[in-house]
Amino acid sequence: MSSTIPAPAPPQDGRAATTVAEVVPQLEETWRHEPGLLGWIRSVDHKRIGTRYFITAFVFFLLAGLEAAVMRAQLARPENTLLGPDAYNQFFTMHGVTMMFMFAVPVMDASKLYLVPLMIGARNVAFPRLNAYGYWVLLIGGLFLYTAFFLNTGPDAGWFNYVPLASSQFSPTRRVDVWAQAITFTEISSLVAAVEIIVTVFKCRAPGMTLDKMPLLVWAMLVQSFMVLFAMPWVATASQFIAMDRLVHTHFFDVALGGDAILWQHLFWFFGHPEVYIIFVPALGFVSSIVSTFTRRQIFGYPAMVLSLIATAVLGFGLWVHHMFATGLPQLGESFFTAASLTIAIPSGVQIFCWIATIWSGRPRITVPMLWVLGFVVTFIIGGFTGVMIASVPFDQQVHDTYFIVAHFHYVLIGGAVFPLFGAMYYWFPKVTGRMLSESLGRWHFWLFFIGVNLTFFPMHQLGFEGMPRRVYTYLPETGWGPLNQLASLGAATIFVSVLLFLINVARSLRAGSPATRDPWGAATLEWAAASPPRPYNFAFIPVVKDLGPLWTFPGQLPAVTGIRTDVRDVLLTTLIGARPDSRHRHPKPTIWPFMAGIATGIFFITLVFTPWGFVIGVPLLTAAFIGWAWPRGQDHREQMSVEAESALGVSPEVPA
Amino acid sequence: MQTIQFPGAHSALDPAGPQATAIKAWLWDPMYAAAVVTFVLVVAALLWAAFRRRPSGEPSTDLRHERGLTRAVGAATVVTVLVIFAVLILDGVVGHASTGAPANALRVTVTGHQWWWEVVYPGHSADEVATTANEIHVPVGRPVVIELRSTDVIHSLWVPSLGPKRDLIPGRTNTLRLQADRAGVYRGQCAEFCGAQHAKMAFTVVAEPPARFAEWLSNQRASPAPPADSLSQRGQQVFLNGSCPLCHAVAGTRAGGNIGPDLSHFASRSTIAAGTRPNTLGNLSGWIVDPQSMKPGTKMPPNELSPADLHALTTYLESLR
Repeated sequence: MSSTIPAPAPPQDGRAATTVAEVVPQLEETWRHEPGLLGWIRSVDHKRIGTRYFITAFVFFLLAGLEAAVMRAQLARPENTLLGPDAYNQFFTMHGVTMMFMFAVPVMDASKLYLVPLMIGARNVAFPRLNAYGYWVLLIGGLFLYTAFFLNTGPDAGWFNYVPLASSQFSPTRRVDVWAQAITFTEISSLVAAVEIIVTVFKCRAPGMTLDKMPLLVWAMLVQSFMVLFAMPWVATASQFIAMDRLVHTHFFDVALGGDAILWQHLFWFFGHPEVYIIFVPALGFVSSIVSTFTRRQIFGYPAMVLSLIATAVLGFGLWVHHMFATGLPQLGESFFTAASLTIAIPSGVQIFCWIATIWSGRPRITVPMLWVLGFVVTFIIGGFTGVMIASVPFDQQVHDTYFIVAHFHYVLIGGAVFPLFGAMYYWFPKVTGRMLSESLGRWHFWLFFIGVNLTFFPMHQLGFEGMPRRVYTYLPETGWGPLNQLASLGAATIFVSVLLFLINVARSLRAGSPATRDPWGAATLEWAAASPPRPYNFAFIPVVKDLGPLWTFPGQLPAVTGIRTDVRDVLLTTLIGARPDSRHRHPKPTIWPFMAGIATGIFFITLVFTPWGFVIGVPLLTAAFIGWAWPRGQDHREQMSVEAESALGVSPEVPA
Repeated sequence: MQTIQFPGAHSALDPAGPQATAIKAWLWDPMYAAAVVTFVLVVAALLWAAFRRRPSGEPSTDLRHERGLTRAVGAATVVTVLVIFAVLILDGVVGHASTGAPANALRVTVTGHQWWWEVVYPGHSADEVATTANEIHVPVGRPVVIELRSTDVIHSLWVPSLGPKRDLIPGRTNTLRLQADRAGVYRGQCAEFCGAQHAKMAFTVVAEPPARFAEWLSNQRASPAPPADSLSQRGQQVFLNGSCPLCHAVAGTRAGGNIGPDLSHFASRSTIAAGTRPNTLGNLSGWIVDPQSMKPGTKMPPNELSPADLHALTTYLESLR
């Protein structure tokens, strides 16, 4: 380590402690959580925010799942009257909007905000207040969306919100305005999380964790954050264009006045396709973590895995037009997108081959998280195959907008993201809560979910071939689609039961689960060096990293950095590529202003749904909140960045606590 | 009234024309076979990797293993690339064969409305134009080029048994080439979400021998015969004096509305309300009196008619052949 970290040097001032016994009481005091509701609101701890983010997203998952269950009940038999067209169209739109914007992206954001600082040996994310702001914005957006839905003003033009159906001419009520503003909240919160993770990964890694020693999950989260950064502005633009079309009569999409209906589709899918990978790429990180731990070896082909993640991200931006193969674009142009859509199967294939190679050459333990990984491969590849098929223009023109596509993307998204996510929940639950989940209930959960998903979605391929279009609230008995729909609804009921088992498992575990040790699975990465659940400061000492598996290389005892002040919220910044100590940074204390800024953002956007005066109300409020946020608060803040770190740092073979 | 084949054939896997056949035979069948083989291989490899019996004391990593693994992963990747190339080539071949507009093609214009299809057979003069709704007749064995437009939102025309779908987009004109090689009735349905009654925006394609098609077309071009019996005549009065002509047209009368389907040859069509029900007297009466219960959200308003008027009106409409 001496090449990257200088030998121990005397602390710069008397306040820097060097032993666990000295630092822990100080750290406990410095990073202490404030008590009470106000303390909860003011918190800037990435773990508390990550946890509440995750729970919020998971509640939306349950809500969207219930919406799906009601839809499956409606479609269980032909000409059913449980939901009329007006209600059904709100239900399917809410299901899509919630799953994509309120669950899938936020849950991945939550995971990365919780896990990344722990995995790279940091005390917090780079911008803790911004992190808190992102959460409040998402929460307010979700509450707004669901308040509107319960008031029968839920969006009803599909999660894709095509114009002209979504124009004020064909959707005169407030429903589409709710869509446009609700997703703006998610756009902001995921952009915030993306910036957060990019800077955290680039500047806050433990010394020695060069880019090629970053866990694959951190790579996945970094790549996903860049995708968010490039994709979200497009949907933000599109949703603001349509909000303006509806609110102040701009004519971006008004065909009669020179606007264009296809422009919307380009803007939306230029975001919408990368969105799929924004959800999928973090899940690949979960899989790599789980496979590595339970085979007790590093993932085979690390460089290939990293390059595959990057290739997926880049290619993900080159195939949006395959959502538009039925719009009558020129054939030559379409063929490029066919090629791109086919090519993206290659990096996915490479990663699956590498995992199989890892499992083959390791000593796999088939625990519940590992079961979810096996289920992921089996389910996801089915969606992958149909994905290759629909890259073909003529084939896609048969199945486009049919239940075949519904089957395809549920296989991809449930197989590719929800299976790994459940695996991740079983895997990191002990770390987050300090309690183990029940393995036997976990196995029931897995098998019922696996059977349920296949029972629900496999028959839909056939329904698509037989002519059943998407987004229909009912169908005629004469079409013959009844039996397969009934089967799919039965599958949905199975999924319902399995998720119920999961909730029971979580509830039982929280109450009386067996306590988790620091590292219950024998994993290699740094988050398992922290306590379960981690203390507010994560690690007593910032660890020093030598390779991909610090806990396997230094079992029980990690080299650590000394000389960082513990009486104030000091954190260590390192260089981007080499992760050499660079400087120290003073972290902010708990503050109310991110919450206030979130409220101001909420008032701003929600009033805009009803009147352009929302600008006049919202902008001053937001400005006031940001002034409060940035108001200088004396010594503490002016001192930051003035300390040059490297000379004061040392390495000590301490066990971080 | 012709025999009702309701709702008509509708399966992409039972193709009735060259476009649908090419997609099934040259894309679906080989891709499905490749997918099944790959699935079996990958799952077998995965399960073998996870559950294979391991000699005790085998180190979890060693260099010889790693080299073998690199070869295996490399080989699997190469095979993936080759399969993908094969798909790309098949795609290009099928795509090339199913586009273009041959000179002998029949041309039809279809305009999408919330939630029905306006079908026009263009002609050189007004007499040669035939307008109908929710039913496209085509001659067997002859390519059909359909011009697609929309007056309101985006719709998508799809006949699974005949082939690809294409969107009807306001402000644009798309074309779609289809062909039926087997006589029969094929069901189609709107495939792009278009609002409240997207689910009940179906239509039928009737493929018939060229001679029968020609006969049908010349009948559609002509005005219907004036009502012959007194009941139908009364029905015509009900129709013309009520609110019907505001939206509907019947050739040869003063009813010229173009908001709803043209009813000139209404009785010749096999369904009502865009493929929602077979065209029978009972269904028609129910539809006229209370369309919202059959198709909630439809733009057709309910009509309060005395039973006698309703009977006369339906009799008139069912005489429009």
